[in-house]
Amino acid sequence: MADDTVTGPSPGGPGLVADLRVPGRLDARVTAVPGEVVAVIGPNGAGKTTMLRALAGLVELEGSVEVDGASWTDPPRLVRERSLGFVFQDQSLFPHLSALDNVAFGLRSRGVARARAAATAHEWLDRFGIDDLAGRRPHELSGGQAQRVAIARALAPAPSLLLLDEPFAGLDVGVATALRLELARHLASYDGIALLVTHDALDALTLADTVLVLDGGRVAQTGTPHDVAARPRTDHVARLVGLNVIRDDDSFRSFSPSAVTVSLAQPEGSARHRWHGTVLSAAPHGDAVRLLVGADRELIADVTPAATAELGLVPGRAVWLSVKETAVQTYALGPT
Amino acid sequence: MRVPVKIATLAALSLLLPLAACGGDDESSQDRTITVLAAASLTGTFTDLADRFERDHPGVTVKLAFDSSATLAQQAVDGAPADVLATADTATMDSAEPALDGDPEVFATNTMVLVTPADNPAGISGFDDLDRGDVTYVACVDTAPCGKVAAALFADNDLTTHPASLEVDVKAVLAKVTSDEADAGFVYATDAVAAGGDVETLEIPHAADEITPYPIATLAQSEDGALAQEFVDLVTGTTGQQVLADAGFGKP
Amino acid sequence: MTTHATGRTLGSTLGRPPLALVLPGALAAALLVVPLVTLVLDTPWGSFLDQLGTRAVRDALRLTALASAITVVVCVALGTPLAWLLARVDFPGRTLLRAAVAVPLVLPPVVAGVALVTALGRNGLVGSLLRDATGWTIPYTTTAVVIAHTFVSMPFYVLSVEGALRASGERYDVVAATLGADRWTTFRRVTLPLAMPGVIAGAILAWARSLGEFGATITFAGNYPGTTQTMPSLIYQALQSDPEVARTLSMILLVVSVATLAALRNRWLTTP
Repeated sequence: MADDTVTGPSPGGPGLVADLRVPGRLDARVTAVPGEVVAVIGPNGAGKTTMLRALAGLVELEGSVEVDGASWTDPPRLVRERSLGFVFQDQSLFPHLSALDNVAFGLRSRGVARARAAATAHEWLDRFGIDDLAGRRPHELSGGQAQRVAIARALAPAPSLLLLDEPFAGLDVGVATALRLELARHLASYDGIALLVTHDALDALTLADTVLVLDGGRVAQTGTPHDVAARPRTDHVARLVGLNVIRDDDSFRSFSPSAVTVSLAQPEGSARHRWHGTVLSAAPHGDAVRLLVGADRELIADVTPAATAELGLVPGRAVWLSVKETAVQTYALGPT
Repeated sequence: MRVPVKIATLAALSLLLPLAACGGDDESSQDRTITVLAAASLTGTFTDLADRFERDHPGVTVKLAFDSSATLAQQAVDGAPADVLATADTATMDSAEPALDGDPEVFATNTMVLVTPADNPAGISGFDDLDRGDVTYVACVDTAPCGKVAAALFADNDLTTHPASLEVDVKAVLAKVTSDEADAGFVYATDAVAAGGDVETLEIPHAADEITPYPIATLAQSEDGALAQEFVDLVTGTTGQQVLADAGFGKP
Repeated sequence: MTTHATGRTLGSTLGRPPLALVLPGALAAALLVVPLVTLVLDTPWGSFLDQLGTRAVRDALRLTALASAITVVVCVALGTPLAWLLARVDFPGRTLLRAAVAVPLVLPPVVAGVALVTALGRNGLVGSLLRDATGWTIPYTTTAVVIAHTFVSMPFYVLSVEGALRASGERYDVVAATLGADRWTTFRRVTLPLAMPGVIAGAILAWARSLGEFGATITFAGNYPGTTQTMPSLIYQALQSDPEVARTLSMILLVVSVATLAALRNRWLTTP
């Protein structure tokens, strides 16, 4: 995997350089080098799926898409002429074709002979450990099996660009975890560019080289997963990675929920950061209890179960939150 | 299973009840009405005669139903509410015998002629031209009265070709000719007269041997037998005969 | 099996079917079933085989079978592409064309025949051109029968297939495109197989309509034994002279159609 994404691809060279503008929905620039996995995260309606569809040519696009030095937009290429694999959220396996024929479909469409396409498809199913299901129709597959077939189908023709739209949505947690590990393995050996739309911080952290945060159709932040998780610039990402983030005029302040002290009386002393509010919800979080507190903003705080009982921290309870200065990380409001 | 069957029977009965209720209502109306079932070839003449009849009998309405003779005869036998039946041949009239009130009377005759479109595209100058082989001609199907006559004429004249199509009635034959879809057609002299300038008429040899008689009779189910008989008298009387002659019918 | 069990449980726990549905439903069923039953009862079965053996009946049956089979083939060959165009391609006048396709459904068959005459008759717009160019005329031929049958049957087929194409949606077409398939490949390998239930239903509807077709055929193609006289024409003709024969002939048509449908069902419709 690429360690350094700051360099980025050079125009005309290998990799992806895209300037995606869909009026009213998306205005984002995305770049990636071959082998790079870009996780696209952001709240619902941020334009994540639109970004994938724009790259695939499924929505009308202003701007440009260049892959490995060739333009897909000038002159415009048909969807089928773009070297891409698309993994849809609902798998969208052809219901009338077997798992094998689904995986072989892209190869057959691109002119690979029947026998060779079948052999390659078998290889792919084998890599996902489901070659014994080759003859099954989609309705005879479990959700996890179907998603494996869908990913194998997208990868089989060896596309330059792999687009995955929330591939683990709707799967059981256990199934999703197993599949995530498998996907990590396949992405590691995949030398094209992968864009993974997800709403799960874990996906972004475990699978991606780069995280691209979309908010309101614009890129709010890009960086390594570590970078984005440590210094989130949007409430959404902060919530995803479990941090409190406060945006000031020219900087961000972030702090972990476990650094928050909860008290019923107004805290005294040196704490510069304190808020008064009411408990909105309380839910187990690992060994702790995570409180969502509505102050002038929503903040999260982790407290021990003992403290929860002692202070009577049930929804509706008025509390004071405070954080020590040393637990707060401040970073500049850089260019997106 | 049992309940649905009962319901179905009830449902079927409920369908019939309103119909039964309709039957006896006519008595209340003061106006008198007779219904005449007449062969389709009588459309023009009988409409004219019905108008005259209504004029001579104030308060009387004549309803006319035109169809093929066989259909009308069947309807008469099935008890259709009608007073007079006039058919285009004696065989169908005979088939309606159970429904007749008294003996049928022949009131007109018809002969068969050959008609071509006005511009005569196939250049037919006589009946023999039908045997040329390149002439598309049509006649009635031989289960219809007009078809029986046509078939007899084919035989009488030793015709070796056959029609392109056997139409269900004489109107369909005429329509094929007037629309130029056929070069010639076998129709009654009355149809040729009615078509006027749209067709050219040629005589058929031996046609006089195959004259079609038109019988008329009052029906047993008539509720106003006297009035029905008056209509029959109009048809067979001087006025009726004149109207029929004008339309191309022959004398009985 | 499970569906059956569920159906039974629900039926008993949800209560009796309301009379407001049972009564009209039973009335509808009675209206459909009673005339069929009386037709069967009324049939002079003694003469059934005699009638079946006559030349006219065998000719008409043969022609009906031939014409309806060719009609289905023509509907599938031409109607499927039309249904696809209507369902998938946004062209000017599409709404108008879809309405026009449905018109023969409501057109009295005789009027359909007249319409065909104005287009393909000896002096029709297209027919006269054809006649001038080749000397060939369509009316009074078996071809004319097939054309008339296709004209009245095609709407059933096209609307059925278009419905199936719309129901399966463009979603899989999009998937196929992302996998590099051109539209023709997509149509063959994805769109058509997914619309297959609609294709089969449409073909059966078209076939059934073709079997009973009478008005347009007799008006446009004419009526001559062996070339243009189909069973319904023969039945209508028999009705003019001998209603009893007509009933027997109707029963022959009914028996043949039901038997064919049953055979097709065993062959194709039970395996999904």
